[in-house]
Amino acid sequence: MTPEAPTQYGAVLPTPVRRAVWVLGLAISVFGMSFGVLATTAGLTVPQAVVMSLLVFTGASQFAAVSVVEAGGSMGSALGSALLLAARNAAYGVAMAPTLGKLPLAKRLLGAQVVIDETTAMATAQPEGRVRERTFWATGLSVFAFWNAGTLLGALAGDAIGDPEALGLDAAFPAGFVVLAVPHLRRREGRVAAAAGALIALALIPLAPAGLPIIAASLGVVPGLLFTAREDR
Amino acid sequence: MSWWPLLALAAGAYALKVVGLVVLGPRATDGRALRLAALLPAALLPALVVVNTLGGDRRIVVDARAAGLAVAVALVAGSKGRAPFVLVVVAAAAVTALVRATG
Repeated sequence: MTPEAPTQYGAVLPTPVRRAVWVLGLAISVFGMSFGVLATTAGLTVPQAVVMSLLVFTGASQFAAVSVVEAGGSMGSALGSALLLAARNAAYGVAMAPTLGKLPLAKRLLGAQVVIDETTAMATAQPEGRVRERTFWATGLSVFAFWNAGTLLGALAGDAIGDPEALGLDAAFPAGFVVLAVPHLRRREGRVAAAAGALIALALIPLAPAGLPIIAASLGVVPGLLFTAREDR
Repeated sequence: MSWWPLLALAAGAYALKVVGLVVLGPRATDGRALRLAALLPAALLPALVVVNTLGGDRRIVVDARAAGLAVAVALVAGSKGRAPFVLVVVAAAAVTALVRATG
């Protein structure tokens, strides 16, 4: 073993993280398949479903856009709710900037495409520094590969897979987020932010168009931080 | 669906990612701003769970999804966060499918 060996991606990642990256990828491939099925049954062509997963690459927005299309809604509202949902990736970008900030611009522009829920949640659950950066890239690669492979399979297989809702896959998606949230609830400020975010979203579901309850939930970080600021005094 | 809204969505979604990571992020050097940003997944993941579980068309809906999520939360809380990802996701899907099939 040379001293350079730990710069290999896998070598620097703790085994539980590496395993989590694979497991997450496999689950994402199932979500990707249900997206592919939903997209083609909503009237998208196979190339459209595939290109959407490659280029848009933010699952919740894609599901939102496609379900508005399926329900016969206007393109404007499909775009609007999808972009509102995608806006949280800008906030995730701010959270990831200290970790990726020293990389060359080209690499950051590449990494930007995979700044989404899963990569940010997995990376920021690790201590700041090299392990966090490696976790980000490994998760990004895994999620990108599996999401797109799943989309292609789902779009090609279409109805042969069956109705994703009959298989309960619409509940699998939020269940995955429950697991991803766990490392962020270890500290009290995280638990306060989580409770506040959940309550804000719940209160706004009946009042605001799709996407807004999620954006507004980011305000949950404020009570989270105030709470710890008071504790520090 | 035609191609232009799809490509517009792709451009918009990528622009939002770049704005955060490349434009705003490096300027947020204030310690408090960074701590707020670091707390975002804690606030947003539960919000996504709530909206994807109880969200209907501008109303709160308690349906088969809620049963599946209740099982997921029970597994995670009962194991103090150690329940494997696959088990939680599969259990939630299975329970939701079962409730739907029998409901």
